Amino acid sequence: MRLKTLFFLLIVRPLLLLLSGIRAEGTERLPRQGPAILVANHNSHLDTLALMSLFPAATLPRVRPVAARDYFYATVLRRFVSERLVGILPLERRGVKKREEHHPLEPLAEALDRGEILIIYPEGSRGEPGELRPFKSGFAHLAKMRPHVPVIPVEIKGTDRALPKDEALWVPFIIDIHIGEACYYNNTVREFTRRIERFFENGDPHADR
Amino acid sequence: MNRVVLTGGLILALLTLATLILEIMRRRSGLPYRELGARIRSWWVMAGLFLALILSGRAGAVGLFALVSYLAVKEYFTMIPIRRVDRRIIFWAYLAIPLQYWWAYEGWYGMFIIWIPVYLFLLLPFRQILTGQTRGFLESTGKVQWGMMLFVFSVSHLAFLYGLPEVEGHGGVELLLYLVVLTELNDIYQYLFGKSLGRRPIAPAVSPGKTLEGFLGALATTILTAVALRYLTPFSVPQALAAGAVIATAGFVGDLVVSMIKRDVGIKDSGDLIPGHGGILDRIDSLTYTAPLFFHGVYYIFY
Repeated sequence: MRLKTLFFLLIVRPLLLLLSGIRAEGTERLPRQGPAILVANHNSHLDTLALMSLFPAATLPRVRPVAARDYFYATVLRRFVSERLVGILPLERRGVKKREEHHPLEPLAEALDRGEILIIYPEGSRGEPGELRPFKSGFAHLAKMRPHVPVIPVEIKGTDRALPKDEALWVPFIIDIHIGEACYYNNTVREFTRRIERFFENGDPHADR
Repeated sequence: MNRVVLTGGLILALLTLATLILEIMRRRSGLPYRELGARIRSWWVMAGLFLALILSGRAGAVGLFALVSYLAVKEYFTMIPIRRVDRRIIFWAYLAIPLQYWWAYEGWYGMFIIWIPVYLFLLLPFRQILTGQTRGFLESTGKVQWGMMLFVFSVSHLAFLYGLPEVEGHGGVELLLYLVVLTELNDIYQYLFGKSLGRRPIAPAVSPGKTLEGFLGALATTILTAVALRYLTPFSVPQALAAGAVIATAGFVGDLVVSMIKRDVGIKDSGDLIPGHGGILDRIDSLTYTAPLFFHGVYYIFY
């Protein structure tokens, strides 16, 4: 069994159960197999662990959070955790020139072609507790490149209390995760970004289309 | 001890009966009764865990109630609005839980009875000073202390009751079983009487489902049950009548108090930990009132 699967089964799940407890709504809408793009709000490192812990062990190896290479591969320990235990898909943030032959989102599109399930935080990085920052359109560009791949919005609450940015103390609070209906790319990147963003504002991307 | 096993057997027989009735209702009407089914299944799990742990000995019983307190107060802290610095205050409050149950395990009554109302009460404002955040101090300290009183201090009386020495051949475990069974049965009686006869709401703004008929029906049946289960206690008949009345009334109030919190913060269920019941707060709401009142009544008369 993979290290990543063991990490989640033996450490992440028991810790989350004991220290937080997850109330998940709509878990039946989580994809059993890829490709899929999960779009979530981001306030804490616990977001990734909590969301990934909802997947069955068999699917887990295919779930890849997209994260900045320069931050998550910065130290040996951080790289070990990110690469081996969580299995992030590292994204180059700096020094990427937009050349025709090498699109910066190409590695993500390739991961989707391999049937992986990507977790993307379109707020960029972890925001202040309880605050939703304007979405960047990267995920919508990716969805445009692979329009057959479902985009599933996931709202995570409570992680900003349990372990906010810049804090090291994990305080027990329940984490609420709400998984939305899958959406498919249509229209324009701007419109699609807004449509997904609206789910986090009123809880349903189909509400006022 | 035999009386505990006998009562446990009665509970399991009652659950078997409930399950059979549900099955008959399902066959007759062709309806799935999913909610009721989940409710009864959860009762099986809760009764099984409770009986197994109180029979396993002191550590198991005290550990169970400590866990219940922790889960309940965690639900409470999750649902109330807080400031960002409050997570530090709440962290200290959590640390008080294992100590409170340690005093109960040890049977150190003096410490048990003042640890949260006195020491924690003085300690939390001190922790507030360290945050340096004056705005919202009073509200934050009040909310945290109040949650600790209701879901830790009150509930921990169950653990202390368990450890009480024998009186006239009746150990703490019997008194505990008596209290918990009566409190839970009273909840069920209220539900059954309310559903079948309920017309006049008592507190429509707080909980529209609570009716005068439900309350009175449960009061009468709980008092009768209290006399019937008297074999678990050193009580005389008048004492058992009084215990039944106190448990029925206090349970009713505790239920409404937890409803008040939920109304205040604007949510319906405190969680989904117990299928068919809601959160753990929804299950222990009555106990937060019956446990300290029953305990202190017994403690005053017999110890």
